[in-house]
Amino acid sequence: MTEVAEAAGTRRRTGRERTRLTAWLQEYGVYAGVVVLLLFNTVFTEHFLSAENFRTQAVQVAPILIVALGMALAIGSEGIDLSVGSVMALSTSLVALYLGYGPWVALLVAVVGGAAVGLVNGSLIAHIGVQPIVATLALMVGGRGLALVLLPQLEDVRDPGMRALGSGDLLGVPYPALVAVVLVLLVGFTVRRTTFGRQLLAIGDSRPAARLAGLPVRRVLICVYVCSGVLAAVAGFLATARLQASDPTSLGTLMELSAITAVVVGGTPLSGGRVRVGGTVAGAVLIQLLTATLIKHDLPPSWTQLAQAVVIVVAVYAARERGKR
Amino acid sequence: MSTVNTAVSGFARRHGALLALALTVVVASLSFDSFATGDNLENVAVSSAFLAIVALGMTFVIVSGGIDLSVGSVFALGGVLAAWGSRHGPLVALALPLVVCGLIGLVNGLLIARARLAPFIVTLAAMLGARGIMLNITDEGADTFLVAKDSLFADLGRGKLLGLGFPVWITLALFVLGGVLLRRTRFGQNVYAVGGNEDAASLMGTSVARTKVSVYVLSGLLAGLAGALNAAWLTSGVTILGQGMELEAISAVVIGGTLLTGGTGFVSGSLVGVLLLKVIQNVINQIGSLDSAYQQVVSGAFLVLVVVLRVRPVRRARAATGGGRRRSPSPG
Repeated sequence: MTEVAEAAGTRRRTGRERTRLTAWLQEYGVYAGVVVLLLFNTVFTEHFLSAENFRTQAVQVAPILIVALGMALAIGSEGIDLSVGSVMALSTSLVALYLGYGPWVALLVAVVGGAAVGLVNGSLIAHIGVQPIVATLALMVGGRGLALVLLPQLEDVRDPGMRALGSGDLLGVPYPALVAVVLVLLVGFTVRRTTFGRQLLAIGDSRPAARLAGLPVRRVLICVYVCSGVLAAVAGFLATARLQASDPTSLGTLMELSAITAVVVGGTPLSGGRVRVGGTVAGAVLIQLLTATLIKHDLPPSWTQLAQAVVIVVAVYAARERGKR
Repeated sequence: MSTVNTAVSGFARRHGALLALALTVVVASLSFDSFATGDNLENVAVSSAFLAIVALGMTFVIVSGGIDLSVGSVFALGGVLAAWGSRHGPLVALALPLVVCGLIGLVNGLLIARARLAPFIVTLAAMLGARGIMLNITDEGADTFLVAKDSLFADLGRGKLLGLGFPVWITLALFVLGGVLLRRTRFGQNVYAVGGNEDAASLMGTSVARTKVSVYVLSGLLAGLAGALNAAWLTSGVTILGQGMELEAISAVVIGGTLLTGGTGFVSGSLVGVLLLKVIQNVINQIGSLDSAYQQVVSGAFLVLVVVLRVRPVRRARAATGGGRRRSPSPG
């Protein structure tokens, strides 16, 4: 495949210095980006270096990061999950409806809802052979519709337990950030140390080869999308706790974009077969810092969108050599 | 036996959407008195026109093996630019959105064809970027530019010929042109070739990069034009338009029998797909008690249904003919 493409006239880079620099940027560019933004803000942004600000940033980055973890799994299996934003909306609707039974029951119902969406996504992709982008696009529209059917308008959260979750902390670390850290470790362990993780990466590398090797391709793919759905549901729950309101109209809109950006900027190739959890964390932090920087310097939200568009293209452009390998 | 199966599924693929449309129209006419009235049908036709123009561009992109997720944002941007430009005459109102949206398509095409980036990620970024530009020129969506009701440009959207609005006629003309372009010209053949097998097309001497760039420019131009016509029809550049339009356009193209894997498809199917979607939406509106949230659920479910019905016969046909899937490992 690649040889044919090269024979057809694809240019190859030959300069060794350049290759080494590109490789370094691909590997560590995202961390460099985070450091640059941190330095910039330390110098130019007032009140940036305060515990309060770091806590705010940590709480705000948690949902993006958690959703991005699920997205990283989907992308690692050579798929994509566009339904994550709608799953967050569905989650917030379910939380509002079941909060009467206490926050834990509400969380459980939301997680089951997210898993159900993931199950539909996974079945369409693994059993029927629908392309991930189309299957999850359908659930993206249908999921938000369902969220709005369940809860037609914004509803305030009045549960004290939920408020504590949104604003409380343990040893100075806010609960949402704590949950995110636990989930990062969990996903990192799953990808590196478990059979499921190995199988996922093998499938992402080459699905036909994985099938020929006798791996349970369908089951693993379904698990991947269920994981993504569950993580998005948890993110929706945490966002509801932070905002103290359930708003299925706007919660999670464009979240799929932020999550994909975080994953791609973090160095996970779109061609599958590799998941970089650490990079994904850095990618999510990068997006959050970028947004916060633009807002703190009084630039309107449209600039955030433009900046994110540029970041995503640059990241994919930088990663293209590796993707073609 | 297998050839019969293939023939049946081939017929279903080519004309299934048309049959479904006919059936839906008949059932709707019998069920709702208000459906088969001139006013309502004209309503369906006009509301289909803008989506149809976008879907026409999407058909070319999908046949070439790509996807364009930026069309909804580009549509909104085109409308805002047209409304802004209409102060300086109808020529500016048309030219400005076409130039800007064509440029966005060009950037998409170059990034995809020359820098070899994945189409969905490039156009996803363009979706964000185009909406960012649109929000930037409208003071974060607070400004709505109006088109003077008695201007020549507003006539383009609101004028009628033989009882049908100009946008409907323009759409029909564009589909005839599009059909000829895809079926009867060298460019069209190149689009099929690139979508069927890029490497083979390249070895045969097709200019793959140029074909791909053209396809995305075409999609950008048509989305911008649709936005401009929509602004003329509404006599304002509404900033919240176009969200989810990429999904509607993709659904219409897929319903119309174009395969997402590329290399096959036809523009008339996409027109039928758009009409089917809009008739179903119209019927849901007729029921009245159902709000837009149910519409979203229904569109999502409908897309799933169509894709499932599409994928099945294709896989069976491929299994029957012994053809491998496109993504099977190639030797060497």
